[in-house]
Parts: sequence; structure tokens; C-alpha cells
Amino acid sequence: MQHLWIIPALPLAGFLVNGLLGRRMPKAAINGVAIGSVTLAFLWVLKVVWNGGASPLEHYFDWIRVGDFVVGCDFVADHLTAVMLLVVTGVGLLIHIYAVGYMAEDGGYARFFAYLNLFMFFMLTLVLAANFLLMFVGWEGVGLSSYLLIGFWFQKPSATNAGNKAFIVNRIGDFGFTLAVLLVGINFGTLDFAKVFGSLGGWPAEHSVGTLTLAGLLLLLGAAGKSAQIPLYVWLPDAMEGPTPVSALIHAATMVTAGVYMVARCAPVYLKAPMAMEMVALVGLATAFFAATIGLAQNDIKKVFAYSTVSQLGYMFLGVGTGAFGAGIFHLVTHAFFKALLFLGAGSVIHGLGGEQDLRKMGGLRKKIPVTFWTLVCAAVSIAGVPPFAGFWSKDEILVAAYYHAPWMYWVAAATAAMTAFYVFRAIFLAFFGEYRGDAHPHESPVVMTLPLVALAALSLGGGYLPVPRWLAPLFPVAERHNNALAIISVAAGLAGILLAWVFYVARPGLADATARRLGWVYQMVLRKYYVDEIYSTAVVTPVVEGARAVLWESVDVEVIDASVNGIGARARGLGSVLRRIQSGYIRSYAAWILMGAVMALAALALAGGAK
Amino acid sequence: MPQSVPLAWYLLLSAILFTLGVAGFLFRRNLITMFMSIELMLNAVNLSFVAFSYRFKQVDGQIFTFFVMVVAAAEAAVGLAIILTVFKNRATLHVDEVASMKN
Amino acid sequence: MTTILFVLFAAVAIVCGINVVVRKHPVESALALIGTMGSLSIIYLQLGAQFIAAAQVFVYAGAIMVLFTFVIMLVNAGAEEKPRGAWMARLAGGPLLVALLAILGFVVWRAFPRSEAVRFGGYTGGTAENVGRAIFTTYLLPFEITSLLVLIAIVGAVVLGYKELD
Repeated sequence: MQHLWIIPALPLAGFLVNGLLGRRMPKAAINGVAIGSVTLAFLWVLKVVWNGGASPLEHYFDWIRVGDFVVGCDFVADHLTAVMLLVVTGVGLLIHIYAVGYMAEDGGYARFFAYLNLFMFFMLTLVLAANFLLMFVGWEGVGLSSYLLIGFWFQKPSATNAGNKAFIVNRIGDFGFTLAVLLVGINFGTLDFAKVFGSLGGWPAEHSVGTLTLAGLLLLLGAAGKSAQIPLYVWLPDAMEGPTPVSALIHAATMVTAGVYMVARCAPVYLKAPMAMEMVALVGLATAFFAATIGLAQNDIKKVFAYSTVSQLGYMFLGVGTGAFGAGIFHLVTHAFFKALLFLGAGSVIHGLGGEQDLRKMGGLRKKIPVTFWTLVCAAVSIAGVPPFAGFWSKDEILVAAYYHAPWMYWVAAATAAMTAFYVFRAIFLAFFGEYRGDAHPHESPVVMTLPLVALAALSLGGGYLPVPRWLAPLFPVAERHNNALAIISVAAGLAGILLAWVFYVARPGLADATARRLGWVYQMVLRKYYVDEIYSTAVVTPVVEGARAVLWESVDVEVIDASVNGIGARARGLGSVLRRIQSGYIRSYAAWILMGAVMALAALALAGGAK
Repeated sequence: MPQSVPLAWYLLLSAILFTLGVAGFLFRRNLITMFMSIELMLNAVNLSFVAFSYRFKQVDGQIFTFFVMVVAAAEAAVGLAIILTVFKNRATLHVDEVASMKN
Repeated sequence: MTTILFVLFAAVAIVCGINVVVRKHPVESALALIGTMGSLSIIYLQLGAQFIAAAQVFVYAGAIMVLFTFVIMLVNAGAEEKPRGAWMARLAGGPLLVALLAILGFVVWRAFPRSEAVRFGGYTGGTAENVGRAIFTTYLLPFEITSLLVLIAIVGAVVLGYKELD
């Protein structure tokens, strides 16, 4: 018994303490509780990994028991779980430490760390869950924490709107997830992963494919919501309203990867439903390409990285969709390193500039904030796929898998890799090279912020040598394919991107704006994210809201329901006003009524007495 | 000439007197006359009681008549006092004028 | 003998009753009522209720009706005017009364076939002694309560008629 429950319980305790008592605690105590709980959780994870990195199912109590249908509160761990646990607690710990510095001036300090711990609790539950329902609890919980943290500065309307948007769009995905869970429950009679996947073998191929495909597609819908894929990615760029540590932890390293994890976990289902798996790969590829194009033109440094996240998530889906589950998870790990670093570094830049986020107002910062500069360069080369750094290894595996699945996918992915390199280095060059174009006084961040940057930089550079695919091999068999030609092509694409960025933003600074003007409406469209938000707003949001108002509210609620309820009241009043005329005030009328009553009573008595 | 009268006739007489009393109450407008009709009704009932007292050869019916008379006396006293007050306030004994409980 | 007396005084009672209802002047109605009560007293005697017969004359005819007459004189009530409201009474009163009488008559006729007959002296238990004994033993409680009732009535009447001495 590895006592897996301790891992999520620690951050939960941190949440409760900081949430309930945090206002009255000194900062040191809040830090101690928040960081301490995550540290202890991380250490426990290390202990579990040391013991083999796996644990049989631990059943804590029966949650639902209806006849034969049982859902228990169960945790289980295998190597996939262990990888996720390490990423979540490890990277999470670094980000917690960073946040101490970043949020130092903020009034809601205790609340921030409480929410952060709450998120950790839910994410860990999601990862450790042994059945669909418990995973869904974590799934929803991270959505909630995301909402709370995006809208952390709730006095800003833009922040609360972004939080709402994130939650609502997520909900659409969750709807798909819920349907999938129901489908599984009905068809398998259980929601346990082990039982469901175990019984897949005994299903005849013809009858099962339809159901499994449907389940796979519904799960994909859920993953698209949580992991910001087409068509539900629109919340992620807006989520940048939240503090940068939030962007780093939730919207880069952990929560958004939940969708990928879920697909990997349900690999047995997808392997039996090739059409659904193909959809996964297509959605991933399309999202990767599409988001990369948008990232080329953005001016807010965090938005660039947000679209980059969407794009890289697309890569992960491409990986798992083409059958390379191990590669997809491997990219998840390396992405956690360099994307978290990119965001934290961006946060350091923003912090050093007193809040400036526009790339056009930066420049020449590499001498002024050197630590941030060098760590960000590490992240950039990693994400661009330059060997021998981490991003190269994971991306290359995915590209190879894509090629052997369908060669055209490889070429699209390679083009995306070129764009990735371009936009990342564009951001680097705009921010750190050239002349400083802003008004603030740039200063380096405190050690508590730069130390995690350095740690993540080391991981971004050397993380490729972590034996992740090999460790996952028992779960996801790896076809050892090495094609040097493909590797060379993808590296060349990345280097070409870097070179192009150099030309545009360092060698010939005016060239970028000139090209933008020449491209005219194309540039505008990309800058405005292809107007997707506006399309959604007019095509979906406005009809729903107006429809609700006009139909459901005014027609149904007011005219039908209110009318009938009020109608009853009016009817009663009408009846009353008629009956009131009996109270004429005339004594003799009353006497007559009494007489009538008496006569009727007497008649009744007489008849009842049998007198005829 | 038969020396006895069927009991039913007494009861019938009581019924007729009672009906007359009700008619007086319904159709007269003067408050005092209506009050007298009530007294007529009470008398009719008294007759009924006494008849039954004879029928069952028990004195209890007459006791009841006794009590009815006492109550009628008390009621007459108070009722007339009320009528006097009404007359003082409204200067009329027309029953339809004292319809302030209307609606 | 009994029959004649009964028929005679029953007729008087009914005629007087009709007069009570029909007469325009309240004093005439009061006198008619006295007549009714007197006839009823005789009928009570026939039924062997001696004490009640006496009480009827003393209390009803002698006290209550005198009170009525006093009040009529005090109020100086004149003849009545045309009726106004109370449509229900005028509309449904007649039929209802007929129905009432019919039902009562019907019940009486059916319940008491001609077997039971009344003779003068058929029941001698209505003496003052008998009535007194019953009142002061079996019906003591009601008696005391009615005494209380009379007391309340007196107080009420006094209060209602009270006039401030100015």
C-alpha cells in the first residue's frame, strides 16, 4: 500500500489552511503551508517512484453503490500516472516558489496560494483516479480552479469575463465527457479503468466499434475543451488575464495536458476505434498549424506563448492520435519544462518592466535582465527543436510517428515547427535585442523568481535524456523507428525559422512592418485571430442569449408560467367578488339563507330516516 | 265526541306556529316586529317540548321549556336594549337601514 | 271536551299568530302575540304541564310582552313603510316556508300515527313539585348557569341603556 491518497491530501490541507486562516497569517506562514504541502507531496511522489513507480488499486470507500453498479473512491498508479505525478508536483513546486516573488505585492496573497493548492489537489486526483467518475471530479475541479485563478483580479471586468469564458467553453467539452462516461457505464456496467479496458478484448469487433468510436469522439470533445483544441481553444488566450504563475502552471504545464493524459489513459479504447483516433490526430494537427499562424502576429508576449501552448498541445494530440502514445506523453513532459519556463520568464520580464506586456514596447533587455534572458533563450531553443535539447527529442518522435502514419501530416507538422521557431524567437528578439522602446525601468527579478527559471532551463536543455518513452514502454509499445532524414528536415525547418526571425527583427528591423503592410488584410486577419471569437459571438453566443431572453424568458416564463400562477390568483379574486354579494348586510337575507340551509338539512334527515 | 286528541296535532300546531314565526321574520321590516316573531318561534318550540314530555311521560321536556323561557326573557331584555340603542343612533327601526355589514 | 278545547284554542293561536305577522302596527302585533301565548297556556294545561302553563302567563305574557309594549311606546313606532333591500328573502322566502312546513308536517304525520292520543289528565307529572324537584336535583347545574345568564342579561341591559349624568 503506497498510500497514494497522501499526495492530493497534502495540497488539500494547504488549501484549507490558507483559505480559511490565510488572512491572519504572516506571509512566511502562508509560504510555508503552500510550498511545504507541495514539497511534501513531491517527496512522496519520489518515494512512490523509488518503489517502482506503480501501485495496485487502493480502494478507500464506496462512493456509489446501486445494485451491481459500484463506483469507489479508488486511486491507482502505473508508470503513466507516475510521469504525470512527477510533472505536476515537480513543476508545480517550482512555480509555487516563483509565485512567492511574483505575487509579493498582491493583496490577495493568501487567496492566491489557497487556490493554487486547490488546483494541485484536483489535478492530482484527476491523475490518480482509477475510474472515470473520480477522474471527472478532478476534471471539473481543475476547471473550477482555473476559473477562480483566471478571474483572480476580479475587479477587472476583462478578468472575470475571461474566467467565465474559460468555464463555459470547458463546460461544452465536459458535456461530451459526461456523455462518454454514461456510454461507458451503460455498455460496460462499470466505470473502473481496469475493468473497462480489460473487458475490451472480449468484444466482437463488429458490434463494438460503433460504441467505442462514439465514446472516443465524445472523450475527444471533452479533451478539446480542457486542452484547448479546435473548436474549443478560444478560452486559452483570454486566460492570460490571470497572473503569470497561473498561466505557467495551469495553462501550460498541467491542466491543459489533462486532455492528453486522458486520451493516453483510454488508449485501449482508441486502439479499438481507429476512426476516433484518426480524428484525434487530425484535430491535433489542424490546431497545431492554425494556432501557430496566429502566434506569428501577436504583440502581447503572453498571447504569443498562449497560442504556442495551443499549438504544442496539438502536437501532443497528433502524437497520441497516430498511435505514438509514449511520444505524446514525452512531449507533454518536455513541454511542461520549456513552456512553464517561457511563461515564468515572460512574467519576470513583465515584473521587471512594472507590468508592460506589449512586445513593441520592449527591446534591448538582454543586458538589463540577463538571467531572464539566458533562461528564456534555453526555453526557446528547446521549443524550436534544436538538438540536443529536450524539445528536439520529443518533437522528433512525434514527427516520425506522423510520417509513418501519413506522410502529408509530417510535412504540415514540419511547417508548423518552422513557424514555432519563428514566433518564439521573434518574441525573444523583440524583447531582448535592439533599442529599448518603453518607459519603465527594467530590473532583474529577485532570486526567488530566478531560481526556478534556472532549474527549468536546465530541465529544458537536458530533459530530453529523461527515459520517459522507455519507461512508458510497458504501457505503450514503441516501434523503434529512426529516420535520420526526417530528423534533419525538421531541424532544418526549426533553424530556418530562427534565421528568418533574426532577419526580420534584428538584421533588418523595418522589414517586419513593411511586410505586414504589404500583406494588408491577410496580416489583419491573422492579427485578429481570424475573427474566431467574433464568429462564435454572432453565430453561437448571441442567438443563444437572445433566444433565451425572447423565448424562454418572455414567452414561456412570463406569459405562460407567470400568467397561469397569477391567473389562479385572479380567478380566486373573481370568484370572491361574486360570492361577496351574499354578504348583503341585510339581516333578512341572512335569515333566508339560514332557512334554506335548515330546510335542506331537514329534507336530508327525513329522507335518510327512510320516511318516504 | 272523542275525548282524546292525537299527539300529532299538537306537533302540527307547533310546526305551523314556527313557520308563521319564520315568515314574520323574513317579511317584516320593523325590528321590533321581527323580534316578536322570534318569540313566536320560541313558543312553538316550547309547545313541541311539552308535547313530547307528555308522550314519554317524563318531566324533562317541561324542564327544558322552563329553561327556554328563562333564556327568552334574558334575550328579550338585552335585545330590546340593543334595539333602543340602534334607534337612538339611527332614528329608524327599518331593518334594511341597519345594513352596515354590507359586503 | 279535550278535543273542543284543543281545536278552539289552536285556532285562536293560529289566528293570533297570523295577526302577529300581518299587522302593520307593532302594537297590534304585540297584542296578537299575547293572545297566542294565552292560548298556548291552555294547551299546556291540556298536556298536563301545570307549572309551565302558569309560568307562560306570568313570564311570557305578563313580563316579556309588557316589556315589548313599553319599548314600542318608547320608540313611538308607527306603521311600516315599503320594503327596500333583502331581495333574497322576498324571492325565496315563500317557497322555502312552504317547503319547511311540508317537511315538518310530513315527518310528524309519518312518525306519529294515530295511536298516541292525548287526554286531559293523561299525564299528571307536570306539577310544581315535580318540576321543582327535577330542577333542583338533576338539572341543578343548568339552573345555576341560567341564573348567571340572567345576571349577565341584567348587566348588559343596564350598560346598554346607561346615560351619563351630566
